[in-house]
Amino acid sequence: MVTMLDQIFVLLKHWLVSFLPLGLQTPVSVLISVVAIIGTFPALFALTTVLERKGLGRIQNRIGPNRTGPFGILQPIADGIKSLTKEDIVPLSADAVVHFMAPLVLVVAVFMGFAVLPMGRNMELVDMDAGLLFFFAIGASTELSVFMAGWSSRNKYSLLGAMRAVAQMISYEVPLLMSSVAVVMITGSLSLVKIVAAQNQYTWGLPHWYIFTPWGCAGFVMFAVAATAETNRSPFDLPEGESELVAGYFTEYSGFKFALFFLGEYLGMFSISGLGATLFLGGWSAPLQALQFVPSWIWFFSKVMLSIVVLIWIRGTLPRLRQDQLMNFAWKFVLPMTLLNLVDVGLWRFLGEGWIRWVVCSVLMLGAYVLMARAGMRQEHFGPRRYRYADS
Amino acid sequence: MFGEGILKGLAETARNAVESFVSKERLTTVQYPEERIAPIEAARVFPFLVYDGADWEKGLRCVACQICEKECPPKCIYIEKSKDKKPDALGKQQIYPAKFDIDISVCMSCQICVEVCPFEAIKMDTQFELSTDDRFGGLLYDRKELARSNEYYHQIHPTEAAEVDARLAEEKVKSEAKAKAAAAATAARVAAGQTVAKADAPTTKPSGEGD
Repeated sequence: MVTMLDQIFVLLKHWLVSFLPLGLQTPVSVLISVVAIIGTFPALFALTTVLERKGLGRIQNRIGPNRTGPFGILQPIADGIKSLTKEDIVPLSADAVVHFMAPLVLVVAVFMGFAVLPMGRNMELVDMDAGLLFFFAIGASTELSVFMAGWSSRNKYSLLGAMRAVAQMISYEVPLLMSSVAVVMITGSLSLVKIVAAQNQYTWGLPHWYIFTPWGCAGFVMFAVAATAETNRSPFDLPEGESELVAGYFTEYSGFKFALFFLGEYLGMFSISGLGATLFLGGWSAPLQALQFVPSWIWFFSKVMLSIVVLIWIRGTLPRLRQDQLMNFAWKFVLPMTLLNLVDVGLWRFLGEGWIRWVVCSVLMLGAYVLMARAGMRQEHFGPRRYRYADS
Repeated sequence: MFGEGILKGLAETARNAVESFVSKERLTTVQYPEERIAPIEAARVFPFLVYDGADWEKGLRCVACQICEKECPPKCIYIEKSKDKKPDALGKQQIYPAKFDIDISVCMSCQICVEVCPFEAIKMDTQFELSTDDRFGGLLYDRKELARSNEYYHQIHPTEAAEVDARLAEEKVKSEAKAKAAAAATAARVAAGQTVAKADAPTTKPSGEGD
């Protein structure tokens, strides 16, 4: 019964496919999985928008949307109807084809990332040997759509937003990859299914998640920072900074194209949260051996939603960074720390079992963190701004 | 220094989010159409014309001096003086506004008309639910729509209205005394002129027109 519930979607698919002739079974099975992904995540997106608006409201001591349906839970439907019925405006001087393609490219690219994520035991669309590589390759193409949107709009705000977005996304792609490489070094595989399987073991009832190791903990924090920047979430939301750039690269989008950008952004959050959960939080594995009776897909989706809640919480807390702070943080702090983390993983791998590797690896990362934080603070000059040339 | 500021901030926002569910002090939202707060005395929205007594047309304090029309920054007041005169609340013969229109879509609620009015005739209302589906006529208020009784004024701005009433009563006493003195002087002069000479008799004039 337990395994039945765990595998319910897989069994359901097999049962549906079994009615078909043999030649059609594989394509239809893939199609069903694709439709499931395309159905599930936009539904989660709708849920998340209302969660975000309510949550931010509460953080700011407001109520949030509460007029559509009980407690405002029908708000996403109202938003959807609104964006569908709005006029779709394309600026006269815009490059119409690229302008039209940009949101499509974004959504398609983001959806492709879900193909390799294991969302439960045996619940992955493709078990690719280089799944992680595929994920990052596809994830990097979202930058293309962002720049397409900004460039084709022929609007200074769009272009500035796109410039910022590309600079930021490329800068943070490096630490994102570097912190994931740590996991690959331990697992010895790029396959996300194998990475989850490696973490799905228990000692004294506790899981072997990588976040519970010194290098994994540090790696997870840096992965989270880079992922937040990669999805353009606050405090790294410079590309769409409302107070400076109207809406950044999608300033000139209206109606459903705007909704598509919104969808793409949230889907990006889901996929990167899913990847973070897969790499560091044990994917679909239960947090305690005793809790293994709960279906694996419930664990995966609760981990994703937990990350989303934390992202909303952070958005409600932190102010936006300045462009130079953003770049300094990426290149002078996060990137060196991820490089050091690779050394740390190497030590962890070759120091053997025992308490020594715990002490050595923890001291290395903590010491580096303290030293770099101190060094970073020493260079800060608080006070009125000084101009090097203008004042003389 | 080590990111503890971020943790502190996160704790603060979490506290806000949790406490807004339990503490009425934190969640101060008034859900407007269903819930309302008690009317605030200091509120001011759009001007209205005060009248004394029961009949709005007779009791209007406005004498169509057009000061407010001239001072109004967005020029939303339009006044037409009457050709004839009629007694105001004090019984004096006064010009009255044959037309007094305020376009409340233009009005910016600056209260300058109230401040310049020498007759305490125009005051600010607290009524704010003035939306209408008639964009032009519906937002142009004529003198009938603008007229509100002094009792209503007392109801919405009790302190201010009491002050205004005291000031008006003082003025009334003063003007009555002045009128009486003028009348006495005239009578004396008339009496004296009759006895001594008839030279300066035409200089008598009716007591204070619109002082």
